[in-house]
Amino acid sequence: MIFKKKAAQNAEVNSSGENAIANKEIEGLSQGQIVRRRFFRHRAAVFSLGVILFIVVFVFTALDFRFLGIWHVKGWWKWSPEDIPDLRYGDCPNDTVGCPTISLLPKALGGNGIGLGDHPFGQDDIGRDFFSLVMKGTQRSLSVMVVIGFLGGTIGTIVGSISGYYRGKVDAVLMRFTDFIITIPAIIIGSVVGYHFGNLGAIFLAFYLGLFAWTGLSRLVRGEFLTLREREFVDAARVAGASNRRIIFKHILPNAVGVIIVSVTLLLSGAILLETALSYIGFGVVEPDVSLGLLINKYQDSFTTRPWLFWYPGLFIISIALSINFIGDGLRDAFDPRQRRRISKKERQESASARKLAQAHD
Amino acid sequence: MLAFIMRRLGILSVILFGSSFILYNMAAISGDPLADLKLSTDPNRDFLVASLTRELQLDVPPPARYFLWIKGIFGIFIGKPDFGMSRDGSTVAHSLALAIPVTIRLVLAATIFAIVLGIAIGIVTALRQYSRFDYSMTFVSFLMFSLPIFWVAVLLKEYLAISFNNFLREPKVPLGWIIGISLFSAIFWASVIGGSRKAFWTAFFSAALIAGSIVTLFSVSGWFLNPGLGPIVITAMSVGIAYGVTQLSVGLINKAALKASLTMAGLSLVFYYPAQWVFDKHPGSLPVFLMACVTITIAVFVGLSYSKIDRAPIVRTTIITAVLSAGLVVVDKFMQTWKPYMETDAINYRPVPTIGQRSDLLDTPDYWLKSLDIVTHLFLPTVALTLISFAGYIRYSRGTLLEVLNQDYIRTARAKGLTERTVIMRHAFRNTMIPLTTIMVVDFAGVIGGALITESVFGWSGMGTLFRQGLLGYDLNLLMGVFFITATLSVLANLVADLLYSALDPRIRVGGGA
Repeated sequence: MIFKKKAAQNAEVNSSGENAIANKEIEGLSQGQIVRRRFFRHRAAVFSLGVILFIVVFVFTALDFRFLGIWHVKGWWKWSPEDIPDLRYGDCPNDTVGCPTISLLPKALGGNGIGLGDHPFGQDDIGRDFFSLVMKGTQRSLSVMVVIGFLGGTIGTIVGSISGYYRGKVDAVLMRFTDFIITIPAIIIGSVVGYHFGNLGAIFLAFYLGLFAWTGLSRLVRGEFLTLREREFVDAARVAGASNRRIIFKHILPNAVGVIIVSVTLLLSGAILLETALSYIGFGVVEPDVSLGLLINKYQDSFTTRPWLFWYPGLFIISIALSINFIGDGLRDAFDPRQRRRISKKERQESASARKLAQAHD
Repeated sequence: MLAFIMRRLGILSVILFGSSFILYNMAAISGDPLADLKLSTDPNRDFLVASLTRELQLDVPPPARYFLWIKGIFGIFIGKPDFGMSRDGSTVAHSLALAIPVTIRLVLAATIFAIVLGIAIGIVTALRQYSRFDYSMTFVSFLMFSLPIFWVAVLLKEYLAISFNNFLREPKVPLGWIIGISLFSAIFWASVIGGSRKAFWTAFFSAALIAGSIVTLFSVSGWFLNPGLGPIVITAMSVGIAYGVTQLSVGLINKAALKASLTMAGLSLVFYYPAQWVFDKHPGSLPVFLMACVTITIAVFVGLSYSKIDRAPIVRTTIITAVLSAGLVVVDKFMQTWKPYMETDAINYRPVPTIGQRSDLLDTPDYWLKSLDIVTHLFLPTVALTLISFAGYIRYSRGTLLEVLNQDYIRTARAKGLTERTVIMRHAFRNTMIPLTTIMVVDFAGVIGGALITESVFGWSGMGTLFRQGLLGYDLNLLMGVFFITATLSVLANLVADLLYSALDPRIRVGGGA
């Protein structure tokens, strides 16, 4: 409702030039539709969204899925991280063993044809299929990331909105509490928590990390609430007799959702880097569990002889973090009302000639 | 103002107190520092356990022991802080005193490089918004954001260090590389300079030609084995610096500033040989520092003597030129040390190390050799840290500058007919720096605690290593010592950032509301 009003106002104010083009496009659209349109115009973000969806589906269907021993779905990949097949000898370069069989070069160009082969990412030193290890590690890292993002996002939003809405003493107490959490550097709390509770499983670790990951978000949400609560529509709702809870969740929060979504995506990409870094220095996910950081740590010494043990986990970390960063960038552009699309030269000329025509008619 | 600072300090100390209390207890309940001793088969085990218990006061329950610890910390106010003992019997204060300089050395150069490079590239991308350069730099910065530092570090070790060392065995740059480097610098400079099609291609070809010929010259003359600049090149570069700094700082139209800067550039030739004499006869940090002071003093006098009105910007320009040209002389000295350094037994023509903070084998009293050794060991960690952290500065300075450029006062400045240089450097850039300064302060404090992974990858023993040691050995005093330093720094940095913000931006007033 308010957005339409705002859009109408804007249309009055900027009735000429470039704004006219931009405003014509959003005429009669809801906020959600505008955001969706803007987002889908950001090519890199859409591509990244595709990549991340592909990775999630690809990774989570690869291995057997068991739930409490009752629900069991078979994965499409033939090995599991527990299997120990024979090490491949002979056909590897430089007399190494267990080299990757993945091939992306078609036979016509002198390659071995496009295909995964028996062990696409090679084998580790005792012969375990590295593809399945990487899949398992990516599953772990992704779930840790989602849990941290969800928990951090929820706590941050609640703390930020309460402290921004009520101000005064509540705000002072909550913000001092936030400062209090900020003083403990993320990596330090991660290490203490990860080192002592890492053996309880990756999800537990993620849960603890999430409890400390909400501080930046809560500050942002608080700032947003401090401005939004002074707006007319909040007064209107209050006069109409809405309760505080209703005002917070039904009136203000939907208007702050842009800030929240954008910073949660950035929180996600930070979370996967934090998890892999912690696992790398040994304070995160610990063996026998698998995580991408742990895989890199375990095999970094074999880089010179068997570099694939190092490359593939890293590539997965980078592609996940990079895609999320691009999605976050696309969302930021989509939600930012000040951000206008770049008007192409052609459109500008068309608009100018249209204006000239209109003036001529007057 | 004073009341504001005092109140903030009061709140901050309460916060620090609370978080250290929680961390202390969390760490204490998570493990027993005596566990490995109790399991050992040492005959005097009981004695060791008893002595360690006495020394670390382990018989006191953790919440109470925390107060014993904080009592030692409060000794700061009477000038005798007591951080307690670590498990191996040394005092924590001593370990910290050894570790802090190492960590600062590790992060200082990287942070400065990241800030300078990041802001420069960020500003260029903002000025060339939506250009190809902008898009590619956006991609690069996102890529850097997404890189795990431990992964980059291993790649750098393998490709940068080991390949470069192998290359030095026979330092001839292959033709493919020469062409690649020329093309890269051509595309880079052409897209930075941009402008009309003619300007683009001029920049493209001149950058390709310059880069290609420099690399070829280096390759043919064996420069990589015996590098150096020499007085002629230093003078030429100083003149270039003089023009560049003057243009950016006050504009070439200001003849007094240009003359003063050029004088300083000329003086760098005059002082080249005396400086060499000082470097050789009186090696050490103090003479270098004194010479820097002399340089700045001379620059101030030169700046003052050329200027009649509006002296401050001219003196500033002269000082910047002088420091940069004097820096070239020092760089030249390091380059001259390169050959003797590589010929030492410890180095043996493999100068870029992959691990450690100094060569233990290098046993030399020579100040310059030792300094160069430190520099080479800093090389890889600095590259890694810079790569990781400069992306943030690119994004941030780009965003801020774009926002500033949309402000009304920029339009006013343009409408007044000021040159584009004045608009960008005086009006836009200065206002961009306000939020950036505060971010830098907080970042620098954060990076001291956050170099944990970098230290562990490159085998440095700084704060991160101490922290790790404390965590793995349940060594509470050590852990808390590190935490105390990093947390205090980050809290103070936040306070300083707030104060700086209010000092730089008159619209913000501290003490009013917050």
